[in-house]
Amino acid sequence: MSLVPISPGRRRKDALMRALLAGATALALLPLLLIVYFLIRKGVGAWSGSFFSTDPNGNFLGDPGGIKSAIIGTLEMVGLATLISVPIGIGVALYLVEYGRESRFGSMVRYFVDVMTGVPSIVFGLFVYIALVLTNTGGSGFAGWKGSVALGLLMLPIVTRSAEVVLLLVPDSLREAALALGAPRWRVVARIVLPTALPGLVTGSLLAIARGAGETAPLLFTATLVNGTNLDLSQRTNSLPAQIFSDIGQAQDRLVGRAWGAALTLVLMILSLTLIARLASRRSRLT
Amino acid sequence: MEASSVTAPRGSRPSIGRLPLVRFQDRLLRWGLTGLAALILALLAFFFIRLYVEAQPAFSRFGFFGFTFTNDWDVSRNFYGALPLLVGTLITSTIALCIGVPVAVATALFVTELCPRRLRAPLTVMVELLAAVPSVVYGLWGVFVLIPKLHGFEQFLSDKLSFLPFVGGPVPGPNYFIAGLILAIMILPIVTAITREVMATVPSDHKEAALALGATRWEMIRTAILPYSRAGIAGASMLGLGRAIGETIAVTLVIGNAPTIGKQIFDQGYTLAAVIANEFGEAANNDVHRAALIAAGLVLFILTLIVNFAARWFVNRAAHGRRATREAATSGALA
Amino acid sequence: MIDPTTAEVSSMDPSEPSTEPAPGRDRPQPTPGAAAMMRRPRSRARDATAKRVAVEELNAYYGQNHAVKDLTLEFLPNEVTAIIGPSGCGKSTMVRCINRMHEEVPNARATGAVRLDQVDLYHPSIDVVSVRRTIGMVFQKPNPFPTMSIFDNVAAGLRLTGVRGISLRDRVEQALRAAGLWDEVEDRLGEPGVSLSGGQQQRLCIARTIATEPEVILMDEPASALDPIATLRIEELVEDLKRRYTIVIVTHNMQQAARVADKTAFMLAGELVEVAETEKIFTTPSDKRTEDYVTGKFG
Repeated sequence: MSLVPISPGRRRKDALMRALLAGATALALLPLLLIVYFLIRKGVGAWSGSFFSTDPNGNFLGDPGGIKSAIIGTLEMVGLATLISVPIGIGVALYLVEYGRESRFGSMVRYFVDVMTGVPSIVFGLFVYIALVLTNTGGSGFAGWKGSVALGLLMLPIVTRSAEVVLLLVPDSLREAALALGAPRWRVVARIVLPTALPGLVTGSLLAIARGAGETAPLLFTATLVNGTNLDLSQRTNSLPAQIFSDIGQAQDRLVGRAWGAALTLVLMILSLTLIARLASRRSRLT
Repeated sequence: MEASSVTAPRGSRPSIGRLPLVRFQDRLLRWGLTGLAALILALLAFFFIRLYVEAQPAFSRFGFFGFTFTNDWDVSRNFYGALPLLVGTLITSTIALCIGVPVAVATALFVTELCPRRLRAPLTVMVELLAAVPSVVYGLWGVFVLIPKLHGFEQFLSDKLSFLPFVGGPVPGPNYFIAGLILAIMILPIVTAITREVMATVPSDHKEAALALGATRWEMIRTAILPYSRAGIAGASMLGLGRAIGETIAVTLVIGNAPTIGKQIFDQGYTLAAVIANEFGEAANNDVHRAALIAAGLVLFILTLIVNFAARWFVNRAAHGRRATREAATSGALA
Repeated sequence: MIDPTTAEVSSMDPSEPSTEPAPGRDRPQPTPGAAAMMRRPRSRARDATAKRVAVEELNAYYGQNHAVKDLTLEFLPNEVTAIIGPSGCGKSTMVRCINRMHEEVPNARATGAVRLDQVDLYHPSIDVVSVRRTIGMVFQKPNPFPTMSIFDNVAAGLRLTGVRGISLRDRVEQALRAAGLWDEVEDRLGEPGVSLSGGQQQRLCIARTIATEPEVILMDEPASALDPIATLRIEELVEDLKRRYTIVIVTHNMQQAARVADKTAFMLAGELVEVAETEKIFTTPSDKRTEDYVTGKFG
């Protein structure tokens, strides 16, 4: 007697498929490695003191300047977008969790927030363009704060979705215990629910910010592109993505070099945010 | 002493304050939050309507179907038929799916079933990092690294495979294929993340049943995991498709921005999103042109809505899909 | 072919569509380490089918947890051996070591030997996939493949070895008859496997297992998720199946062991306490621990 042998054909197929799957995974990781490699190789070369401390000066030939206004512009606009989208996003999530779990209205809101995550970023830019730029709201056409609104719209559904997941993880028994002690609803939310969910909320918001910081399309016709540093968000404001986009379009080596340097800067900023987000989620007692 | 009295000693009677049943602050909170939620719906409706209104100059001139399905986008004549853009969008997205979904599913399978446990977390993180790279950086890399490096290979393919339909001819730098390839890379994180979550919910019962029958590892995957995950994979792919359709900056940098329908996959082309990004500057003073771009935006918006509705339908059909997308949402790959 | 009602074996006529592996597929190959008898026997007389299983000094671990300790036990052909014991005593673990499913759990390992006739299944040259093909397993919770029809479920194992067409259909029907399910499903073979009742699903899983004609069948509490009537049918089936297979059945239900098993083994805390004829275990056990368990003092 012997064990029923397995035909070599089957064994071969098994080995082949395993190799194929491993190969496909390697293929999936290859672009990441290549991008990182080229970013570092070409980006570091552009870095210098003046790179970070001078504004782009619009010169096509000669020294094109640095990216100072782009960095500041990104920080400003994304900062404002965060101030807009995070409170509102968490607010909507709170609604969905505290009051809207079963209601039809709640389901509708949840559904459309989900739909919003699929809207292309350029469409958000168009929305704001039509609603705010064409109408010259605030006295001028293009303005940094309008770019922030566009980014905020983009970030909102991301914040809401992740916040809802986290808020749902807060056990109902905690809420009930607090209510049974005689605390009013608003206090339960403010003192129990939000603090417990805080690390998860921070994580979700940081990921949304990381996404917003990298977006170009919504800014193209809201904040557009400008060279000088602008602390005034009611004017056109520069930003890292827009600056990179503009530089790519010019067929000039030093500008392209600046683009790589700016790209490396941007990616590092986003990676740090993502890293902090992951660390924050580890400190959560809920996940 | 008198018999025990029911009345409490003076001064210690508990008092229940006469508050309204629902406190003011509670009501404020409830209505405030409800208002925010309603605001979202109102905002979406408002934007949809405004988009349509602003696109009117184009629609009234060409008709909705005329605009969307006429193959003639000519800025110089102020004539706008968006078919080349629509076709370009569909071509690049299809290429993205054809390349991206198999790789994503294979990666998800590898990570959940085949790779050593220690490698699972690092591999997962690395795939998700692809999502952290901004679109413009993909474009930069695409233009200065991918296009030059792949050009020779593409020309080789174009020559060798010219017997296939839609292949053959000279290969310009930017083209449909490169755009599709970059899109495939960009949708990898989202499709892999959801597929991975769906596969993780396959009950070990079924995997064990297959193994106990004397199935090899691959046969077990084929019997127990893939059929179970079908609907989830379909949903994940559609979400990836939605992402690919809307991607603007990376595409406009590598597709050539030619407003014609190419004859083969290595031709230059255009997409709905790319045309808006590209031509907005020059359309600022031309009402019709601007309306046409906004109309293109509307068509794009409707297209993504359709794809996303379909995606969610698939994902919900896989009962396990709903949980999977929620979990993927918190990991950031979906962002 | 085996007539399920009488277990008579008709002779193997080479022209019959048969259980002989199709040429080119699963053609018996010499497996290094399986010294004697390299080829599947052509005739399948009753006692040549079922095989003797000998577990020798088996130790099984989940990480640091020593779940099965130095266990030596024998299962004779055409017999039903029941493994009884309180929860957590390691009976499921021990049985899973026989078809090497134990090692599928992360951080789990086993040492010792499990011999199927003379072949040590844990020898490094042995293909684990082959082990599982030869030793079938029925699980506690019925687990038909949810995306497959009744027919496809039973055919699953057969298709892996390339059986097709008429031969496939015949063998599926045989298996369903042997599992006592054919009459109930013959006109709805295309319906999903999960559309059956719990008891029927378990019989479907049994059909799936026996379709590939293993030599040994392991059953891990096969009836514990079923109602009493379904349980009874499973027990009748076990009685029937032992004519062709060696059966090991894990059960926490002592009455069940008394009803179906020829031999019973009692395990406690990973060790084999006692094994004997079922009647002896339940009436005059040698070990006090066994006596305490079967009289209900614990467990």
